[in-house]
Amino acid sequence: MTDTQIALDARAVQFYYEDPTTHERLLAIEKMDLEINVGEFVSIVGPSGCGKSTFLKIVNGLLPTYDGEISVLEPDHGRAHAMVFQDSALFPWYSIVSNVAYGLTCQGVPKKEAHARAMPFIEMVGLTGFETKYPYQLSGGMQQRANLARALTVDPEILLMDEPFAALDAQTRELMQAELLRIWHQAQKTVLFITHQIDEAIYLSDRVIVMSARPGRILADIRVDLPRPRELKIKRSPAFVALTDQIWSLITPQLHDDAPATGVAS
Amino acid sequence: MTAASTSLSRRSAPRRRPPPNWFKRHERLVFAVAGVVAFALIWEVGSRLGVINELFFSRPSAIARAGFEEVQLPRFWVDFQASATEFSVGYVIAIVSAIPLGLAAGWYRRLQYTLDPWLNFLNSLPRVALLPILIIWFGLGVESKIAVVFLGAFFSIIIPTIQGVKTTDRRLLDVANSFGASRARVFLTVVGPATVPFIITGLRLGVARALIGVVTGELFAATTGLGVMISRASASFQTDRLLFGVLIFTFTGILGVEAIRRVENYFQRWRPAKQGA
Ligand SMILES: Nc1ncnc2c1ncn2[C@@H]1O[C@H](COP(=O)(O)OP(=O)(O)O)[C@@H](O)[C@H]1O
Ligand SMILES: [Mg+2]
Repeated sequence: MTDTQIALDARAVQFYYEDPTTHERLLAIEKMDLEINVGEFVSIVGPSGCGKSTFLKIVNGLLPTYDGEISVLEPDHGRAHAMVFQDSALFPWYSIVSNVAYGLTCQGVPKKEAHARAMPFIEMVGLTGFETKYPYQLSGGMQQRANLARALTVDPEILLMDEPFAALDAQTRELMQAELLRIWHQAQKTVLFITHQIDEAIYLSDRVIVMSARPGRILADIRVDLPRPRELKIKRSPAFVALTDQIWSLITPQLHDDAPATGVAS
Repeated sequence: MTAASTSLSRRSAPRRRPPPNWFKRHERLVFAVAGVVAFALIWEVGSRLGVINELFFSRPSAIARAGFEEVQLPRFWVDFQASATEFSVGYVIAIVSAIPLGLAAGWYRRLQYTLDPWLNFLNSLPRVALLPILIIWFGLGVESKIAVVFLGAFFSIIIPTIQGVKTTDRRLLDVANSFGASRARVFLTVVGPATVPFIITGLRLGVARALIGVVTGELFAATTGLGVMISRASASFQTDRLLFGVLIFTFTGILGVEAIRRVENYFQRWRPAKQGA
């Protein structure tokens, strides 16, 4: 690609959590620089509690008190970004179609139209026939499909995904990884994907960002030059294994550092 | 003993279950009714045999007869109406004030800070202790009882409502905010539905508290009402009449809770069905 556009540009992003009662400040991420091109699939890996979710929430606008600068490409249609949440976070009181259409109704789209516009995405993630079901009637993998469809429906430039497959069993996870690549290809989105699974990051991504233990810093930015489309068996190729080893050797020292990540690793 | 056989025992495929018959479908009701009937029978027979003192405990047939006579007296309907008014007016005022106020106090932190001392103070105060002053303020008529009923139900409803708003799942709020939902939409689509189960709990508790209010209020000081009927019956040792009055309160409570359960089922279709509920 010659005319690459920047989808996300984060410069010297830093964030403190402040305890509401003691006013103690905890440095969660430190001076992060990250540039992502339009259409790129970028993963962030790092030990639990290193600030991955925090970074994603900052990009998503949920933590407005950060230092540094973030610019995102403002598309002429749809939204700049949408989040696929960890453990699905579907509204239990809404049917699947209402959940998927939620973002649109927030933009003032009338319910009927929002539901109609949600349908193609329900189909894209393979949930046709489950529109009127409630989340509790779906398996964990299906809930994550709905979660993904909900984000896609608002037509975001960047898809932010926070360990979306962490709670799934190994087989479902592999299946969902392959599905995600298919959907990424079909929907043509930029993806910023968080995981603590190295093989998942390599399998999915164009680039893998490795973060240090808290306070999170970027340790390495590793290009994954494996050919696409990728089949699951690529995970056993020598190039894949070499990348895994490389990233492991970067992360392992981080795991011994620091106290075990305290408290909520949400 | 049959001759020892070395062949494997044959297990037939599980037979398809026949559709449940009337008895199976109404199992819950059948056993509940059977228990009550058995209790009443033992009571009735015991009383007739003289094992159970009729003067103190009456007997089912006598209660039924007393009830039959009561409902033909205009006086009974005056009492009934007074109690019904106290209960329904007090309870409804409690609902329409406690739910909006509770939602608002859960949503606006500063309103909650303002209300907290009052809620704590009035909720820890036994409401019966307020009866004498309420009677000075509102008199012996239905108004003072409406006030007691209101006080009982109000706190039972507002406290869980505030709780419900405040314990709304953080993640779901994040979802709404990340999609750019307005404050009003967050409230309607996330906080409201998340609070419904808490409100229902409050309503259920409120029924019991409201009934307690009616009875204690009327027993303490009143000119009309079923509580008055009960204390009149007590004074003249008419155990049957007394127990008939008690039964009316009991049934009102059961009906109220059942009505709330219907409301609950309607609002909670999105929940996995409860076993044996
Ligand atoms: N709301 C919060 N308040 C205070 N500290 C938090 C909060 N959320 C996360 N943290 C802390 O910030 C650090 C980074 O958290 P997070 O971004 O969730 O990590 P990760 O997603 O990489 O596991 C952790 O040490 C965590 O305990
Ligand atoms: Mg996390």
